[in-house]
Amino acid sequence: MNTMNLTLKIWRQPNAKAKGEMKSYKISGINDHMSFLEMLDVLNEDLQKKNEDPVVFDHDCREGICGSCSLVINGRPHGPQQTTTCQLHMRSFKDGDTIYIEPWRAKAFPVIKDLMVDRSAFDRIQHSGGYVSVNTGSAQDANNLPIGKEIADEAFNSATCIGCGACVAACKNASAMLFVSAKISQLAMLPQGQAERKKRAESMVAQMDAEGFGACTNTGACSAECPKEISMANIAMMNREYLGAKLTSEAV
Amino acid sequence: MILDSKIPAGPLAEKWEKHKFNLKLVNPANKRKYDVIVVGSGLAGASAAASLAELGYNVKVFTYHDSPRRAHSIAAQGGINAAKNYQNDGDSIHRLFYDTIKGGDYRAREGNVYRLAQVSVDIIDQCVAQGVPFAREYGGLLSNRSFGGAQVSRTFYARGQTGQQLLLGAYSAMNRQIAAGKVKLYTRCEMLDLVVADGKAKGIITRNLITGAIESHAGHAVLLCTGGYGNVYYLSTNAMMCNVTATWRAHKRGALFGNPSFTQIHPTCIPVSGDYQSKLTLMSESLRNDGRVWVPMKAGDNRLPTDIPEEERDYFLERKYPSFGNLVPRDVASRNAKYVCDEGRGVGNTKLAVYLDFADAIKRDTEAVVKAKYGNLFDMYQQITGENPYKTPMRIYPAVHYTMGGLWVDYNLMTTVPGCYALGEANFSDHGANRLGASALMQGLADGYFVIPYTLGDYLASTGAGKLSTDTPEFKEALDGVQKRIAKLLTMKGEKTVDELHRKLGLTIWDYCGMSRTEEGLKKAKAIVADIKKEFETNVKVLGGNEEMNQSLEKALRLADFIELGALMIQDALDRNESCGGHFREEYQTPEGEALRDDDNFAYVSAYEYTGDNQAPVLHKEVLQFENVKLTQRSYK
Ligand SMILES: Cc1cc2nc3c(=O)[nH]c(=O)nc-3n(C[C@H](O)[C@H](O)[C@H](O)COP(=O)(O)OP(=O)(O)OC[C@H]3O[C@@H](n4cnc5c(N)ncnc54)[C@H](O)[C@@H]3O)c2cc1C
Ligand code: FES
Repeated sequence: MNTMNLTLKIWRQPNAKAKGEMKSYKISGINDHMSFLEMLDVLNEDLQKKNEDPVVFDHDCREGICGSCSLVINGRPHGPQQTTTCQLHMRSFKDGDTIYIEPWRAKAFPVIKDLMVDRSAFDRIQHSGGYVSVNTGSAQDANNLPIGKEIADEAFNSATCIGCGACVAACKNASAMLFVSAKISQLAMLPQGQAERKKRAESMVAQMDAEGFGACTNTGACSAECPKEISMANIAMMNREYLGAKLTSEAV
Repeated sequence: MILDSKIPAGPLAEKWEKHKFNLKLVNPANKRKYDVIVVGSGLAGASAAASLAELGYNVKVFTYHDSPRRAHSIAAQGGINAAKNYQNDGDSIHRLFYDTIKGGDYRAREGNVYRLAQVSVDIIDQCVAQGVPFAREYGGLLSNRSFGGAQVSRTFYARGQTGQQLLLGAYSAMNRQIAAGKVKLYTRCEMLDLVVADGKAKGIITRNLITGAIESHAGHAVLLCTGGYGNVYYLSTNAMMCNVTATWRAHKRGALFGNPSFTQIHPTCIPVSGDYQSKLTLMSESLRNDGRVWVPMKAGDNRLPTDIPEEERDYFLERKYPSFGNLVPRDVASRNAKYVCDEGRGVGNTKLAVYLDFADAIKRDTEAVVKAKYGNLFDMYQQITGENPYKTPMRIYPAVHYTMGGLWVDYNLMTTVPGCYALGEANFSDHGANRLGASALMQGLADGYFVIPYTLGDYLASTGAGKLSTDTPEFKEALDGVQKRIAKLLTMKGEKTVDELHRKLGLTIWDYCGMSRTEEGLKKAKAIVADIKKEFETNVKVLGGNEEMNQSLEKALRLADFIELGALMIQDALDRNESCGGHFREEYQTPEGEALRDDDNFAYVSAYEYTGDNQAPVLHKEVLQFENVKLTQRSYK
């Protein structure tokens, strides 16, 4: 077990309206088995002992699945590895390092406090069409609808998105295309999603634009930083879905 | 108070059908006159909210998360049970019922469990219709796996992310109702009290976690779908924010709390590595199919595991349970790991771990085969511990995982406060003293999709859609109470941080009211918890103010309730002078060291009534009737 001393440069911002700034903290005795968030827990205990306000950040499951944690670490969403911040361990750093910790930066994700941002725009995009319209109780027997394993697996790959927003944070235009396309593709691939396919693509894209996310220029930074490795192929599929819908639909 | 479980009369298989027919209905045109409050957006809450809104009720959903999709249900890995019998291997509703009753060590209600097994099949249909991508075979049909406590293959799964996919399904159904204007969503909004007037639930008091605003919300009914309380132990496999506040506050307002000491400890978790540890990570139980559990024969043996020769290893599960070996149920595996560590034979830095060794499986089947089966779990282990489990045995230790206890509810899922319901892990209902793997997801969705849409209507139809108001003395009293609690914490300016006190509480409950319990230990724990309570009430440090995002304040409010719950758990464990399921009292064991039930004296549900701060709770007993199964002693020798 190695212990290390680190310098942390952390974004502090008391609330959405206040101006934020980077502040410097020294922290010592960090052991390399700790997770990155446990390192921040240690910092927060230290700060409280000194009667200073602890650093606010979102986190919950600490297992890489809830999508709560969200830090830009040394310029990269979720830090140096392609995983969530809660799954990053201090063995990825070394004694004497200076670590920069900032919130997701995007117009559509305003800062709430310190490192915590408001990602409700993602939910509103889902409200606009990320579902199959089926009331409870009206389903047929599950095995009456065989779905080839290849398609099921592909749909599953799209469905693994955890909604963390790293794709937006990674994109220089703060585009949400990877997030939106994952849902559109999942349902477009499955037979259950066919009836509302066109309407869904149109509504979700319209809501995405209304929320102020930027345009996609296909650099692939989103997919490269995605902790769940959601593929760029989803974006291509969504573009086809959207164009197809626009050309033929009577809606919107 | 007489506890009426409202189990319908008649043959087991007909109870639910008959009951549904006897329940009152709310006319379709009248449903829009009712407002229903749903607290929690996990599997239970999201499925209930969506289904009730589809029926026409106005639903308000509250969650302390920033999005409903982050509820702890998202983390469930293994799968969901259903009696579909797609594998033609002898499964049936009756068998799922039987396995669940037996697995729960005969401390659950027959009627409830049978209904759960009945509706399990509809859950799978519903989820598939929503687009939930369950695992499939090449022919396109659904795939199943088997799970502990069952001899049939009835578990549906979506890789290792079943909870995520089911929750996203329920979330999408709820999103559709949000779009339709039938569900109003309140995120980052925490319920801090239940409002009761004229003996009925009338609404809730919440705190907006961003602005600190304390608000009143009125409804014709309140559904608590707020999950389990495993975090009373501080360290558990639950998400960091899981807490007991919603149900505890309802308890203090008159809802009885059922079987508080029944907790489940999962044997295969990654061990604690140091004092800074914030949570524990579960490793799927399936690993025990191929891994062999062992510790060194000698206490204090510090050699590397690979340097310890075969004859100096103790494969203690295989030794003690020759027929089940490493596959004994969760509670047996957990307890035995504790015993060998108590003997000083634990491994790793902290000596609180045992080995789970795949060397033989790799030798027998090749590394490629083992990788194909468990690759993602091995990667996860390596990511967290930095060790390569293909080369050196994994280290595992039990961790708190699930709480069978919760608010006492009747067959309609109503608590003892009329109009206040509890669904999902928040209630005590279906798992008795021990829950089988893949049954919590099933229960949460059964409650939300298929039970509450029927049973709630009965209550609403009989009370009527009276005018709602938050301008009442009861709302004012509850709101004042919340403000006072907050003000007290913020002005205390003590020495101890919330986490320090929570760790201390957790360790106490873990040591004395965890895997193995004794009268002496529990009495000691009672005194320690009383001291922690005093210390919390006089010496806790919460910085910052109310009118801002203040995570220390949130944690302090939750810890206050955990401390009181801890005391009740200890009381319950002391009262139950028998061993059953996850509750193991050392005084009550068979000569072979197995749990010894006492069906003559303890075949009841313990339901506690709150009587005031620092007052002894009153125990009410709901005696369990077994008409369809024969009570037998478990044996895994
Ligand atoms: C690691 C892990 C793996 C598991 N794997 C499986 C498995 O394979 N199969 C299985 O069947 N079960 C499994 N379980 C158990 C299962 O996941 C849970 O029991 C189940 O998901 C609980 O669902 P729920 O809807 O009752 O509660 P939760 O999903 O915990 O939801 C609680 C909700 O209530 C809200 N809430 C709580 N309190 C308040 C409050 N005061 N104010 C506002 N909102 C509040 C939260 O925000 C959240 O939305 C697992 C559990 C764990 C920990
Ligand atoms: S805390 Fe849940 S994904 Fe990181």
